[in-house]
Amino acid sequence: MEAIDAKVRIASEADIVSARQASRELALEVGFGATDMALIATAISELARNIWQYAGSGCIEMRIVEDAGRRGISIVARDEGPGIADTAQAMRDGYSTGGGLGLGLPGTKRMMDDFELTSAPGKGTTVAVVKWLRGGGR
Amino acid sequence: MTVPILKQGGILIASVQSEPSDTELIQLRDNLLERVGTLRTSGVIIDVTALDVIDSFAARVLSNIAQMVRLRGANTVIAGIQADVAFSMIQLGLAFQGVTTVLDLEEALSVLAEAGESSDGSN
Amino acid sequence: MPARRTPRQTSPSGASSEQALLRELVAHLREKREALRRQWVQQMTAKGLLAGLTPEETETESVNIYETCVGCLDTGEYSGAERYAASMAERGVLRGMTTEQIIGGLLTLRDVYGRSLFERYQRDMARLSAALDIYEPVANKILSIVALAFIEEREKVVRQQQEAIRELSTPVLQVRDGMLILPIIGVIDTQRARQLTEQLLHGIRNNRAKVVVMDITGVPNVDSKVANHLVQTVDAARLLGATVIVTGVSAAIAQTLVTLGLDLTKMNTVGDLQAGIELADALLDRKVSVER
Repeated sequence: MEAIDAKVRIASEADIVSARQASRELALEVGFGATDMALIATAISELARNIWQYAGSGCIEMRIVEDAGRRGISIVARDEGPGIADTAQAMRDGYSTGGGLGLGLPGTKRMMDDFELTSAPGKGTTVAVVKWLRGGGR
Repeated sequence: MTVPILKQGGILIASVQSEPSDTELIQLRDNLLERVGTLRTSGVIIDVTALDVIDSFAARVLSNIAQMVRLRGANTVIAGIQADVAFSMIQLGLAFQGVTTVLDLEEALSVLAEAGESSDGSN
Repeated sequence: MPARRTPRQTSPSGASSEQALLRELVAHLREKREALRRQWVQQMTAKGLLAGLTPEETETESVNIYETCVGCLDTGEYSGAERYAASMAERGVLRGMTTEQIIGGLLTLRDVYGRSLFERYQRDMARLSAALDIYEPVANKILSIVALAFIEEREKVVRQQQEAIRELSTPVLQVRDGMLILPIIGVIDTQRARQLTEQLLHGIRNNRAKVVVMDITGVPNVDSKVANHLVQTVDAARLLGATVIVTGVSAAIAQTLVTLGLDLTKMNTVGDLQAGIELADALLDRKVSVER
């Protein structure tokens, strides 16, 4: 496991903004373009928001990762909150609906390349995502 | 840090600064509603050009503003969503149902002017 | 990158004699450098592996590679080899060298080293065995490092090319002020749909487009996934204030869309591109006249 490049504790609303800013710096370092940076920052915002809203506190760890010649950013959002009873349900959503969509997890999955959700009632929630740099890097 | 709200004729223009906190967005909503209520307002423009991220919370607040403003007899237009932000929003599944969105402030003013002309006499 | 060491097998007589043997091997390979290197180059030439390289390039590269390999044997560290392999792969792939040339070249060097050890220790089987125990893991490790670097480099190039092709294949055309045409041809997968949407959004912003005519005549299959991609693209365009007219919707596709229960009211669907452009013109004229 690579060293953590940025770790943001989520315990207040202001931390959501901090998490986004930290992600921006790291994404810039990896070499992501503006579009991917927006995707990453939005995903982080949703993940941080979930932590704060449902668990009250948790943390988000970000790492620059490398695999078979490509670079990317790995994000792990962890909390010790109530956990998700039905993860399958949480991953379902309707297309073309407006406003907030529950936990925003299906959307987050769409925005990222790799996605893993681990959660159980009383056991907290961990969402691990990775976004890879497209092409050979810019 | 509150969002500055300007008045231009019967139109209120709010320019959201970069990285607003949840509280600042709620404050914006409350400020706008108060001013729409007390002044003769026909339209509200929310300029989001400076936003690099519009997440589910921000989208919800902006939608709420539009709905509440409409209840007070005025139209809301959201202007200046960045291309990358729009892309993220639809990936996330946020599509702003029933809210008018335009490219920029100039467009917003002309859209509101058009709406104002077509509803002449019925205000 | 953390240094990686190959685990050394201890010979029956203990670690210190193994160390001594290692020193001996390193000294031997350094002492015989010119002879072995020339042998290596000769064999590669005979196998036709050096096509496309000038004599100077062959000289420089072979000296560097030889030294890097002996260095790994000497220090037990491979970071230098990894760096060199990556740079060599980048240059090699760029110059169109084949896998056979790169791997073949290294296999030849491995054999040249091996034979040299056989020659030196042929009268002492135990010593030869011990020497090979030290030498073989290192040689194989270096080979894997180079093979991997080469493969990674190739994959990187392929990805870059795919990206470039995708970008070229989805042009956004400006026909008149405020109108964009997006002709979509071919299969739309998730990757392509995203690229399409991104390009369209940037096109709308840069051209200040108010109407987009999206033609899907050239799209062979419209299933629920593709339909959803199209809806997403339309939604995104609307966020930037542009109206989207979808043209080239055949009767069959129209049926599919209705069956899927998609909200078609937000999409203007028109039979063909011509009609779409005319409708776009009308919409734009109406908008422009209102502004005056």
